[in-house]
Amino acid sequence: MISDITLGQFFPGNSPIHKLDPRTKLLLTVAFIVAVFLANSPLAFFSLFLAVLTLVLASQISFKVILKGIKPIIYVLIFTALINIFMTRGEGEPLISFYIIKIYKEGIIRAFFMAFRVILLIIGTSVLLTYTTSPISLTDGIESLLSPLKKIGVPVHVFAMMMTIALRFIPTLIEETEKIMNAQKSRGADFSSGSLIKRAKALIPLLIPLFVSSFKRADELAIAMECRCYRGDKNRTKLVKLSYKPKDFLWFAFGILFISLMIALRIIPQHISGSISEELFNFLFFKI
Amino acid sequence: MENCIIKNENLSFVYDDEGTSVSAVSAVIPPALDDVTVSIKKGEYIAVLGHNGSGKSTFAKLLNMILKPINGRVYIDGKDITCEEFTEDEMFEVRSKVGMVFQNPDNQLVATVVEEDVAFGPENLGLPRAEIRKRVDEALDVVGMAEYANHAPHKLSGGQKQRVAIAGIIAMKPKVIIFDESTAMLDPLGRREVLEIMEKLNREDNITVINITHYMEEAARADRVLIINDGKLLLDGSPREIFSKVDFLHSIGLESPQGTELLFELSSLGYDVPTDAISEDECYDALKTLLGKGGKLA
Ligand SMILES: Nc1ncnc2c1ncn2[C@@H]1O[C@H](COP(=O)(O)OP(=O)(O)OP(=O)(O)O)[C@@H](O)[C@H]1O
Ligand SMILES: [Mg+2]
Repeated sequence: MISDITLGQFFPGNSPIHKLDPRTKLLLTVAFIVAVFLANSPLAFFSLFLAVLTLVLASQISFKVILKGIKPIIYVLIFTALINIFMTRGEGEPLISFYIIKIYKEGIIRAFFMAFRVILLIIGTSVLLTYTTSPISLTDGIESLLSPLKKIGVPVHVFAMMMTIALRFIPTLIEETEKIMNAQKSRGADFSSGSLIKRAKALIPLLIPLFVSSFKRADELAIAMECRCYRGDKNRTKLVKLSYKPKDFLWFAFGILFISLMIALRIIPQHISGSISEELFNFLFFKI
Repeated sequence: MENCIIKNENLSFVYDDEGTSVSAVSAVIPPALDDVTVSIKKGEYIAVLGHNGSGKSTFAKLLNMILKPINGRVYIDGKDITCEEFTEDEMFEVRSKVGMVFQNPDNQLVATVVEEDVAFGPENLGLPRAEIRKRVDEALDVVGMAEYANHAPHKLSGGQKQRVAIAGIIAMKPKVIIFDESTAMLDPLGRREVLEIMEKLNREDNITVINITHYMEEAARADRVLIINDGKLLLDGSPREIFSKVDFLHSIGLESPQGTELLFELSSLGYDVPTDAISEDECYDALKTLLGKGGKLA
């Protein structure tokens, strides 16, 4: 059934990563994304790999779940990898030359790192955020981090409220969609056969009632919120207040250390890091 | 008039096309509420009856400033909430005093966790954290949902959701709670739970309860029944007075509780039965007496 879809794929747990403040995780995620894009040498990729491995182990999320998370993008990965392999022109002799198809060593290296980068990016961000942070604390974290923007008039609270309500109503709307679908099916509607256009047309009698009822819901919810004295973030307090713990600072320290390392690897003169990388790369792939 | 928590004088309201009030009574649109004058005492348990579209919800929304009347005065706890110089802060104070629970429990819950939803009202009131915590725990206790504090609302049953919605109102410590058809979407069990909570709040915490309902059996349990018909307050009295006017109720599209209706039918057939019995027990006794007498015609 559709309602099995879990939004954001949060896996409740008690791991060190789960217990971190959502703001810490958000900041670490930003640092991580920057690090992934800074990486351009095998040594840097190796460090990234170690960092992701640490995160996965610390989060106690099973490898099966992690692999499942990569599955949806596997075709995109293969496609980009193939493009990289065939389109990259190297300096030396091509490894394989077959009519117009020429495959160079650079192409393979590039394709490999490209795929590796995307995979690490996805695993890292999902372990840091989506798998280990409940949507509500994620929203709280975002609101708190962005709150300085309130000073320049950005309606941060409104966005956070919108996100909370969206999260609250997604399951309700999914349930309702199912109900309407069943009602239409019982009157002979067919959602799953025919041409694409025919199927799209079959969705119209589904979407219209859904829209109408959503507007009604929004109206009622707005009144209910007013009745509960909602007036934006004016004079508003919170039941749960985010607070940094010592372990958050520890992870910040890790994060800073790591990003410095990545910057260092990036700006070390190419011939030094390059030769280290080359050796490492040759060691990893051609000696084994 | 000291102990009147709510007092209305000549209250009128008209919806314009956008659903907001217009400044003058238009000739085209009939008023949703027309010249209603009523006082409600602290701690009373009131039921409001009326057919669909008779203006019950409009009446309720005028009491906590969701709507502004085009005519008439509303006093809440002695304060005139319809006067010009009423500030925004005062408006929110009124809303915290007069809580409202609606029909569809889904459309009242805001947060993705039960206890955060209950905290929503107190958070809006700007209470300190410890106080919010205390109120949330107490409110969940009152409605018997403490063990669900960390659940997601969408996984609860309709009755449970409605109890959470009630907890959200209780947590604001209101003096009046208006239930606008809050039992209408629930199964019999859920309805009983909600009704029990309603009556407990009235009895034990002296909260004034206004129950807008289509269930005559519910209304029969109240201290006082108001009947609104096409925007006008037609009847105001004890359930016994009101429900014995069976013919009149029929003429405005309402009914008495089933037992009362039965006794009324019997009496119009000439049997000697009381027609002012409203609770099930009273009707049962009346029928038993009748059968004991061999069901003789009077
Ligand atoms: N937002 C609105 N805009 C315009 N007219 C409205 C609006 N809400 C209600 N009305 C009209 O006002 C009148 C009274 O409506 P109200 O909702 O108060 O009735 P009610 O007694 O609560 O009915 P129900 O038992 O169906 O809930 C109705 O004729 C209705 O059509
Ligand atoms: Mg109504």
